[in-house]
Amino acid sequence: MSKPLLEIKNLHVWFKVFGGILKVLDGVNFTVRSGEKVGLVGEAGCGKTTTMKAIMRLLSMPPAIIPKGEILFKGKDILRMNRAELQQIRKEKISMIFQDPTAALNPVFTIGTQIQDAVRFSERSGRKMKKDEIKARAMQVLKEVSIPDQGRVLQNYPIQLSGGMRQRVCISMALVSASELIIGDEPGTSLDVTIKDQILRLLKELAKKHNTSIILISHALGTVKNMTDKVYVMYAGAMVELAKTKDLFAHPLHPYSQGLLASIPRLTGGGIGEGIDGHIPEYINPPKGCRFHPRCKQAMPICKDKKPPFFKISENHEVACFLFQNFGGDCIDK
Amino acid sequence: MANKMQKKSPTQEGLSRRWENIRRNWYKFSRNSLSIIGLVVICIILFFTIFAPFVSPYPESAGKFINFYEASQPPSLTHLCGTDAFGRDILTRIFFGCRYSLMMGATVLLLIVPVGVVLGLIAGYYRDSWLDIVIMRITDIFIAVPPLILALAVCSVLTPSIFNAMLAISIAWWPWYTRLVYEIASSLKDEFFVQSAEVIGANKMHILFREILLNCLSPILTKMSLDMGWVILIGSSLSFVGLGAQPPTPDLGSMVADGSKYLPDQWWISVFPAFAIMLIVLGFNLFGDGIRDTLGVERG
Amino acid sequence: MRLPVFYFRILVVIALINNILFVDQLKKHFFTYQGIVKAVDGISFFIKEGETFGLVGESGSGKSTVAYTVVGIYRPTKGKIIYKGDKDISQDRRKRPLALKKKIQIVFQDPGTSLNPSMTIKDILELPLKVHNIGKNHEGRINKVKELLEMVQLPVSYIYKYPSMIGGGEKQMVAIARALATNPSFVLLDEPTSALDVSVQAKLINMLIQFQKKFKLSYLFITHDLSLMRNVASRVAIMYLGKLCEIAPSSEFFKNPLHPYTQMLLSSIPVISDEEETLKPKKIISTGEIPSPVNIPPGCSFHFRCPKKMDICSREDPIITEVNEEHTVRCHLYTK
Repeated sequence: MSKPLLEIKNLHVWFKVFGGILKVLDGVNFTVRSGEKVGLVGEAGCGKTTTMKAIMRLLSMPPAIIPKGEILFKGKDILRMNRAELQQIRKEKISMIFQDPTAALNPVFTIGTQIQDAVRFSERSGRKMKKDEIKARAMQVLKEVSIPDQGRVLQNYPIQLSGGMRQRVCISMALVSASELIIGDEPGTSLDVTIKDQILRLLKELAKKHNTSIILISHALGTVKNMTDKVYVMYAGAMVELAKTKDLFAHPLHPYSQGLLASIPRLTGGGIGEGIDGHIPEYINPPKGCRFHPRCKQAMPICKDKKPPFFKISENHEVACFLFQNFGGDCIDK
Repeated sequence: MANKMQKKSPTQEGLSRRWENIRRNWYKFSRNSLSIIGLVVICIILFFTIFAPFVSPYPESAGKFINFYEASQPPSLTHLCGTDAFGRDILTRIFFGCRYSLMMGATVLLLIVPVGVVLGLIAGYYRDSWLDIVIMRITDIFIAVPPLILALAVCSVLTPSIFNAMLAISIAWWPWYTRLVYEIASSLKDEFFVQSAEVIGANKMHILFREILLNCLSPILTKMSLDMGWVILIGSSLSFVGLGAQPPTPDLGSMVADGSKYLPDQWWISVFPAFAIMLIVLGFNLFGDGIRDTLGVERG
Repeated sequence: MRLPVFYFRILVVIALINNILFVDQLKKHFFTYQGIVKAVDGISFFIKEGETFGLVGESGSGKSTVAYTVVGIYRPTKGKIIYKGDKDISQDRRKRPLALKKKIQIVFQDPGTSLNPSMTIKDILELPLKVHNIGKNHEGRINKVKELLEMVQLPVSYIYKYPSMIGGGEKQMVAIARALATNPSFVLLDEPTSALDVSVQAKLINMLIQFQKKFKLSYLFITHDLSLMRNVASRVAIMYLGKLCEIAPSSEFFKNPLHPYTQMLLSSIPVISDEEETLKPKKIISTGEIPSPVNIPPGCSFHFRCPKKMDICSREDPIITEVNEEHTVRCHLYTK
């Protein structure tokens, strides 16, 4: 088993606001291995984007506070890196694709300028690249994302391209600087379904070709199903289930995962599930113990008091739920 | 009655919600120390302005007063800002002068804001119709002339007085509000919530003054606060050239003008009133920035 | 120009069935600097009373424009919209009588902007009551507002909150409550759940279905999510670049999609179980970009992306033909 590429250990992130402190992330554990494609699924407000921003250290430190936790990239803690090391990570190792490609591209610069900037800043060996080298690399990377007529596109402004093309440009910029890990924050959500399908397939091929790991964040389970090897389910600031993709969709164990899967409308017809009663807890005063217990139909007394650790059900399938505490197998401590 | 069973009646709960909103806005405002400084400066100025007759050391200096024994005294313990050529205490005259400045600022704003905003709402909502063209071209004509020049021109035609100075500044300043509101109104008129109101069948008054205007309030309030400083400055400039308040009314601008004859020897006659103008403008500017930061970032 | 066969059948049908809405050759063109945008270019369909009619399409298809034209935000460039058999409502909202506005309501796509951020929930819900004189006085209206909030299962304490303080799903429920406040007969739902999570979507949709039964509503439901459509609509129509491609009853639409675009769309939807995978059309994979509505390709607007393209497709626009009971297609493959 290869050493993990990225490992988040017991991450807590709090935000200081008007009414008090929002305890958003409550002990997040997350592991990505080299070449692996990992999905992160959860509803709006569960903390997925906060986690990803914490990895890239994009959170503004007031009002955000990180009281506990580590984010280890190849063994080194990102949260404690100095400027130079962090810069190196951002330049060469990790990059992020955002949800809205229109907002991620600067409207007053041409695509060419933006990609060439990305190329220039990601220069690994430290020497300055010549102009035509930079341009050639830009054209090459556009070709990789299947954008036709690269020369013309380099001269276009973002507003002249369609949504799908813009997202491809964002992916190409991510490819330029990332060699090891790409974090995709709901790529394709703002796109039409046929285009989204193309984009996700593209991402999958590219990851395979360059042996890059991908973290794919989405609130749509269908997106994650064809793209990933394993999936984390997140609720209210903590991971509740981790499983191989096939296993999660076939046998979801955590009551939240089950509720989520039951709510998805099926192509086979037969009506829609009822959804999950209640709503996400307020982070100012989160429920004690398991954060899902107020909405859980199978809640037990212990759920109100203690926070469930991860229980290992089988290789690569872990659940954070007291329903499985006696399952045999190990109990994973944080 | 079901209402009596509940803890609070709707009006009570509405009020407690509003109070909570005020507290929340105060929290946001107080994060920035500069805004607090601005607020403090304004409060100090207001205090001395309102209570001028009571706190000023020599209230008689504000009107017709001559005392050649104490004329042209430099700042000392008896006269903190010195006296002018007529023996009038400058500090007192500054307090009273602030009254005129603030009154001028408030009056001008109260005149131009309703007019400018209503015109902007109408022009913005009926964008691309003849109403829009007429209103905005007239606005453009007024904006094309620099406000000070326009105010000077109007003032020179009328008899110099504070009232006419206010009128002149109003004529020069109203179009900026129209333009501000026009931009916001024309972008909001296509938003879903305005369409919803129209689909429901609300009448135009409601759409203009409830749906659209409510969303323009924060830029308008910010601009009003920043404008206070500008209007006072322009008013002082008009007085400086003799077109505003007439002697012996203590007006900060005229005090600076009168004192300029005696520079640099009797510097205190000009410098202290000028410093007072600077303080007022600074206070309102910082406060206005604070307002913008508090109210502005609400919608994301 | 030959009138499609569809058109004559329609006249027969509306004579027999009580339709709440009949849209006849609707066109809506926008005149811009880049050219004429033919957002909706000749659409005809009818909606039966009490049914949920689904309208599917991607961006640029014109589905939202259809909704906005029906509800009066836009005025049709050409064509007619007939409400309840006899009222011609082809004018925009400024000329419609108030009684009509009471009966046709709309729920918009983006809950963030469909509620005025500077008004409280109470003000937002009170507006339709005030306009249409429901609830005799202030107290009566507040009671009705509370009733509406209870109906959409939101706590009554929300009345003094601002939209920015509540979540996306809850905002959308307020939007639905607002639409139902005037007791309408026909509600347009423009992608009401696209911006929401799947569990909130489930709650909302179930609520909408209950309301339909309780208040005898007819829905025009617009979405791009075909799995959702399968469970909500009784008849489905699919649009591409301003024209209808196919209309069919729900089960038929998914079991036997005829138009290549329908097949392409069905093959791209992400599904989560294997049995759903088997239902998807296999051989068609989505390719190509959606052309902008300013440059509509000649002939059949889909021919650049169509895997089953024939010669005639680049020259002539196909005519709508009826293939089965209530199943109509606009494609040269099926023209007799």
